[in-house]
Order: sequence, then C-alpha cells, then structure tokens
Amino acid sequence: MHPVYFRYELLRNFRNWRFIMFSLAYPVVLYFVVTGPQRHAKFDGTSFPLYFMAGMATVGTMIAVISSGARIAADRSAGWTRQLRITPLTAGDYLGAKVACGFLMALLAIALVSLSGTALGVRLSAGEWLTMIGLMLVGLIPVTVLGILLGHLVTPDSLAPAVGGTIMLLALLGGAYGFLVAKSGAVFDLIRALPSYWLVQAGKTALGGGGWPAEGWVVIAAWTAVLAPLAVFVYRRDTGRV
Amino acid sequence: MTSHDTSGGAVVLSHLSKSYGAVRAVRSIDLTIVPGETVALLGPNGAGKSTTIDMVLGLIRPDSGSVSLFGMSPTEAAASGVVGGMLQTGSLVEHLSVRELVTMVASLYPRPLGVADALALSGCTEIADRRTTKLSGGQAQRVRFAIALVANPDLLLLDEPTAALDVEARRDFWSSMRDVAARGKTVIFATHYLEEADAFADRIVLLARGSVVADGAPGEIKARVGARTIRATLPGAELSSLRALNGVIAADRRGDTVILTCSDAEAALRALLDRFPSLPDLEVGGAGLEEAFFALTADETDANDELQEVR
Repeated sequence: MHPVYFRYELLRNFRNWRFIMFSLAYPVVLYFVVTGPQRHAKFDGTSFPLYFMAGMATVGTMIAVISSGARIAADRSAGWTRQLRITPLTAGDYLGAKVACGFLMALLAIALVSLSGTALGVRLSAGEWLTMIGLMLVGLIPVTVLGILLGHLVTPDSLAPAVGGTIMLLALLGGAYGFLVAKSGAVFDLIRALPSYWLVQAGKTALGGGGWPAEGWVVIAAWTAVLAPLAVFVYRRDTGRV
Repeated sequence: MTSHDTSGGAVVLSHLSKSYGAVRAVRSIDLTIVPGETVALLGPNGAGKSTTIDMVLGLIRPDSGSVSLFGMSPTEAAASGVVGGMLQTGSLVEHLSVRELVTMVASLYPRPLGVADALALSGCTEIADRRTTKLSGGQAQRVRFAIALVANPDLLLLDEPTAALDVEARRDFWSSMRDVAARGKTVIFATHYLEEADAFADRIVLLARGSVVADGAPGEIKARVGARTIRATLPGAELSSLRALNGVIAADRRGDTVILTCSDAEAALRALLDRFPSLPDLEVGGAGLEEAFFALTADETDANDELQEVR
C-alpha cells in the first residue's frame, strides 16, 4: 500500500459528498422507516430489527465496495490509469487503494446501521458484534472483486445502471430487503449460492457467537475463486500487460 | 545525475511496428536518441506519433521490434521513475485541487521536483488551490505539464503538448520547456506545428504514414530539400520560361510578382540576372519547414508504398 496515494484516494472519495450522503443515508433511513413499525416482529427465526439491520448493512457495504471498484471506469475514461501506468505506482498499490477505500466506507456503513439497530433495541454481545462484522468483511471480498470487474467492463455512461442494478439484484435475492423470494426449492438453492445471502445471514448466525455453516464459507470462497482470475484477466486486457 | 545505462542511448527503438487491423500505424521505426537531446516527432495526423509515444511509454505493446529506455524496458523504466509523460487525455481526476493532484503524483516518484517548483515552472501557481474540474482547457493542459514535470524524469515525453493552447499560452509553455531542457533532460515531443519543431527541437524526426521520412537538425531537413524562394516583380515574364531556368523547380505568379521555388537559388539567380537586367523588389528567402515537410512527405510516401510492395 502506498500511503500518500491512498490518502489522496481517500480524499477523492470523501469529497464526493453526494455519493457519501446517499450511500450512507439510504440504508439508515430505510432501516428506520421499515423497522420502526415492526420492532417486535420476527423473521426467518430471528428478531426483525436484527435481521433487517444485517440486511441494510449488506446493502450499505455492497454499495461501498462495488462503487469503489467500479469507479475504476471513471479513472480509465479520464485517462488517469494511463497516466498512473507510467509512474512507479504498481497495479497492486492502485487496486489496493480502491479496495481499502471501499472497505473503510463499508465499515462506516456497518457502524451507522449498527447504531440504528441499537437504537431500535438490537442487543448483541461484544463477541456477537465482532462475529457479525468479521463475517460481513469476509463476505465482501468477492463483492469487492465484482466491483473491480465492473470497473473494467463498463463505461462511465453505463456505470450507474450497472452498479445500481447489480447491487439491487444481489440485495433483493439475498433477502436484504426483509423478505426472501423463495424459502425452499431450486430458487432457494440459487439464493443460497449468492454472497449477499450470506452477508445478510451474518447477523443471524452471529447470535450465540456462531458463524456461517460450511456452506457459507464455500459460497464465498467459490465466488472469489471465480471472480478473481476474471478481474486479473480484464485488468491485463485493459493495460496490455502480461 | 543518472546511474542507469546510457551507453546505448536514452531511447533506442529498433524495428518498432504496430498495426491496428489493416492499418499499419507504425512501420518498422529505428531511432536512437542520446541523453539530453530535444527531439520533435513531427507529422500530420495519423503519421504514427501517438502510437510511437505510447509504445515508448509501454502503454501499447508493439507487434514487433523493441523499445529500450536507458537500457531498460518501458515497464522497468516507469517502475524506476525515470520517465515522465504528458499524455493526450480526456480529463483530470476529480475532487482534488491542482496542488493536491501534483503532490499526489510527486509522492509516486523517487526523486520528485518540489511541488512549488513544478507549479511555478508550469505556470500553475495561481491556480494551485483550484479544483481540477474548474479549469479552462489551457489551464488543464498546464496542470498535465506540472504532473509530467514534478516526476523530475530523465526522459520526458509530451504528446502534442500545446494542442489545447492559444498562441500566448503556447509561447509560455515553450519558454518553460526551455528551462527543463536546459537541465539536461531528454525530451521527446510530438507535434504537427512545424514552427514549434523548428524553434524548440535540436532534432526533427519527420513521420509520415508510420515511417521515418527524414531525421536531422531542423536546418538539415531544410537543406535536404534545399528549397529557397526568389520573389521579384516581373510583369512580362512567362512562367514556362522561368520554370525552365537552371535551379528552378516551380514558378508561380501573384499579380506582377513571380515566386520561384528553387533547388539551387544561386544558379537560378544567375540565370535570372542574365535574362532580366533589373529585378525590382528582389527577395531571396529560405522556404519554411512547411515547404520542406510537404516536399519530403510527397516524395517519400509514394516511394514508401512501392517499397512496401517490393517487400
């Protein structure tokens, strides 16, 4: 990680206050609006405020990491990646700064949604909080790689629908909006193969200090194993490097 | 100043070629540039200037041939921070001030120039605190120059650096460039402004259709064509007989003035004085680089095509 470059990358991100406002406020506002009237409801075997807290944290963190990677598209179209390629900055430093910015934003989203959850009565032990946040950060790895992939495949014109659509689809199918489109059968099998499902499940499975079942770890590892080589491929295709 | 290998030249291109589909953008260019030289890559649009610069910078991979910068590959040279470039790019990164952007770039290089120095040298001091998105085209171009300068590179490549500048800004830019060249840097710039290449380069490499058609000092390039113009007021003279004079290539008339383009101005003048006892308003001038440019590219493009077919 190149410290000065990272600092300015972070500055670029946080000066984009419209993005910050919308990406952080959206899950928090939605959380209060939806959970407020259903503070004592149950869903999927757990309290609705806890379930929906994990759901909104999933949405907020996915916005953070996918947008961060997808912003590579803007750097590419501005010619900034070309300029950087003739400097001593390595590809690892460049991508590392994007990933680190995405994860920092994700942590901020988790913090705000968790505070909101606490305000509406969610109570977890320190170990349960740590387990939930830890699982979410692991589950975000393939989502981050997906963002980098999008950043190389889309143009700034198609950035908004590509990013928005991807996040919406993953969040909706993964159950982040407080309902599951199927609870059994082939569709449910498909849902369980999504990283977003396991991000949402991080809240529930953290109860009592437990984590994901093996299935969750396998899904996250498989998505990472498939997407990472694809990201390397599109990066190399873009830069003409081997 | 430099610890790297310069025995083979600052830049050595050998048999460098690149095609885009059926278009042969660069056709087997061989070029050696010694440290400290200021070289203009001059040519019309589509001559292969940008493609050549991109290959020198390692941004495009050549189909064949090689690039060596101080004995290193372009990627190694970039990694060691000896290369700086001013590219033809869309826009500057958002959400930073000019000073912040230049500071960020400076942090990437092992031996950067002071940020204040780079801003001053590029004429960006007054706009240093402005956001990169609030600049005019000319100001943005100066910021790109600052980014290239702050790297303090041994080799500086500038791809049409004055493209977005007005006449005054262009003059300021080149006066800054003179300071940079005076520091012993190797500078390569692409341009299609003939007067820029003539005024600022030690050496001009003339490109047309992806090939080097001439390579030498600006004076040599002109000498190779040898064109001079003779003007005089000769109302009665016939152009065809003037054209037949020794040393004359072409004759033209503007009102009462005839303009003779000559391969040998001295011989032409002698012949002219034999024929006409008085030559009112006589002027003998060097043909500009522009004439040299057209004379050379007109000759060579045809010859080149034949050459390509023979190969």
